Amino acid sequence: MPSSASREITYREAVREAMVGAMRNDPEVFLMGEDVGVYGGAFGVSRGMVEEFGEDRVVDTPISEAGYVGLCTGAALMGMRPIAELQFSDFITHCMDQLVNQAAKIRYMFGGEGSVPMVVRTPGGAGTGAAAQHSQSLEAWFVHVPGLKVVMPSTPYDAKGLLLSAIDDQNTVLFYEHKLLYNRKEEVPDEPYRVPIGEARVSREGEDVTIATAGLMHHYALEAADALSGKGVEAEVVDLRTLSPMDHGSIARSVEKTGRLVVVEEDVKTAGWGAEVISRIVEGESFYALDRAPARVAAADVPIPYNRSLETYIRPTPEKVVDAVQSLLDARVGVYA
Amino acid sequence: MQDNGNRVELLKKMLLSRTFDEKVNDLYAEGKVHGTAHFYVGQESVAIGAIAALREGDVITSTHRGHGHAIAFGLDVDRMAAELLGQATGYCHGKGGSMHIADVRAGMLGANGIVGGSMGIACGAGWAFKHRGQDHAVLCFFGEGAANEGIFHESLNLAAIWKLPVVFLCENNQYGMSMSVKKATAVENISDRATAYGMPGVTVSGAELDEVHDAAAEALERARAGEGPTLLEAITYRYLGHSKSDANLYRTREEIAMWRKRDPIQRFAVKLEEEGLLKEEEWRTLEEQSKRRIEEAFEKAQNQPDPKPESALEDVYA
Repeated sequence: MPSSASREITYREAVREAMVGAMRNDPEVFLMGEDVGVYGGAFGVSRGMVEEFGEDRVVDTPISEAGYVGLCTGAALMGMRPIAELQFSDFITHCMDQLVNQAAKIRYMFGGEGSVPMVVRTPGGAGTGAAAQHSQSLEAWFVHVPGLKVVMPSTPYDAKGLLLSAIDDQNTVLFYEHKLLYNRKEEVPDEPYRVPIGEARVSREGEDVTIATAGLMHHYALEAADALSGKGVEAEVVDLRTLSPMDHGSIARSVEKTGRLVVVEEDVKTAGWGAEVISRIVEGESFYALDRAPARVAAADVPIPYNRSLETYIRPTPEKVVDAVQSLLDARVGVYA
Repeated sequence: MQDNGNRVELLKKMLLSRTFDEKVNDLYAEGKVHGTAHFYVGQESVAIGAIAALREGDVITSTHRGHGHAIAFGLDVDRMAAELLGQATGYCHGKGGSMHIADVRAGMLGANGIVGGSMGIACGAGWAFKHRGQDHAVLCFFGEGAANEGIFHESLNLAAIWKLPVVFLCENNQYGMSMSVKKATAVENISDRATAYGMPGVTVSGAELDEVHDAAAEALERARAGEGPTLLEAITYRYLGHSKSDANLYRTREEIAMWRKRDPIQRFAVKLEEEGLLKEEEWRTLEEQSKRRIEEAFEKAQNQPDPKPESALEDVYA
């Protein structure tokens, strides 16, 4: 982890540091989005960047998500390295054609003769009282699209390392940030480094249950694991970090050790990416290591409500994770025990 | 405009494009092609005229009706035929078919199965040229149907505010599948919309290769000079149905016959005869040459091996 030359910075600063580093290193990298210039981005991620790189490389766009994500797709096809920022991940609906029909498929449709090395950065998730059109977790949609990669770092260290990997990647990468992670601090090396896309990380070891999770939910899982430890339950927490391609091997190894699996995801439960995590386990050899049916902690199948208590009621919380693990452990032992 | 030898070459390209599509149409009718295609027959002068105004290093984006664009840009009909037949030797190794023929390295950034789908991509190519300080231009083909898509608005606006070197060439062939342009838009010309973006809008007769060429050349010059995009509209007509499933229920035979009388290839041939560049017997030879070339391309393609089934799992990621 952190080398000697490191200091504590926020997740926001880590994302910025990756962009700044990549842009200093390669004139073909540019950032484009709404209010990313002097305003510094809706969440302040690009603050100060236009002063260093100028308006030609830190580009304020009109409110025109399809237009500029389409433009970035074309620039990437020409070999540039665009980073498009969407202010809220909900606005991704505006550019679905550009992402799903164009960027994701160009390489395949052209028989491998071309690629779209673009990064689309966007904050997802709820918990901010922003209601139904500014709080969604839609990342599972893109996990469902071959040709796209989807990453969702939970820590400043991973945010910097994964963003640098995403910018290097020859494919289109959706980079999910979280509004409630931007101020989270951690020791991060000064130097550039890469966290490989597609590798999960065991962030806490335990023998009793595997909690597979990503993004902000990773921190809820860790909080829950601490609380469970006080009750004599040691949870192993697997931070997926990348949702597509998903590191099924790491999840399987943990499940084979603990025999129990709980997925904690912020998106709505129905057809969420957690369903994929569990399906891969139960259709593979690791099924026989399970001594309980796996469980999911996810958002209720409703739009995100505005009122704080309503919002909390439908979202996953550390307490709900604790409850889910305890009910799982209390459940009748399965036939394979 | 173009030198005389080149003018005969343009006629040959139009013939090649027409013969290619007529052949594909026949193969569909005979049930020999699996899939679908959209035919460019009747519109050849637009692609061949406009693309003749490009320079080395310029790029194009195409549409679902893109065979003519590809041939005009100089793509190899052997590899196009192979792609239509789904062969490994095709431009997309059998993964794209008619609607995705591309040669990115050469600057043909792809046909596109989504109406308006390549307009954002065209802006991106223009962005890359501008950012790299290259004086190349992008020629973006789209149909009048795409002019009612949101991406049309966003792309033209972005190209205009950033003065991107893009020429938006609307091939107004009168119908978006069955929807008449007269019912689909309340403005007289698609090019009238240019005013709304602060760029020049020009409408030309798409049946006149020279008109298309000259308007495209001027717009491309403007683009290369850093003066920004142009919305160019060529009035044209597709003789054949939208795709192979079209029974032409939304238009009359008389209407089709009327447009066929103004055939762009015939007009250009007559013009070349008047200019003393072509004799009647030469015209027949050109037609025969074109037919032979296309027959040869499809014969070769038919004798290629199918791609390996497991190749379907490759090329998803780089």
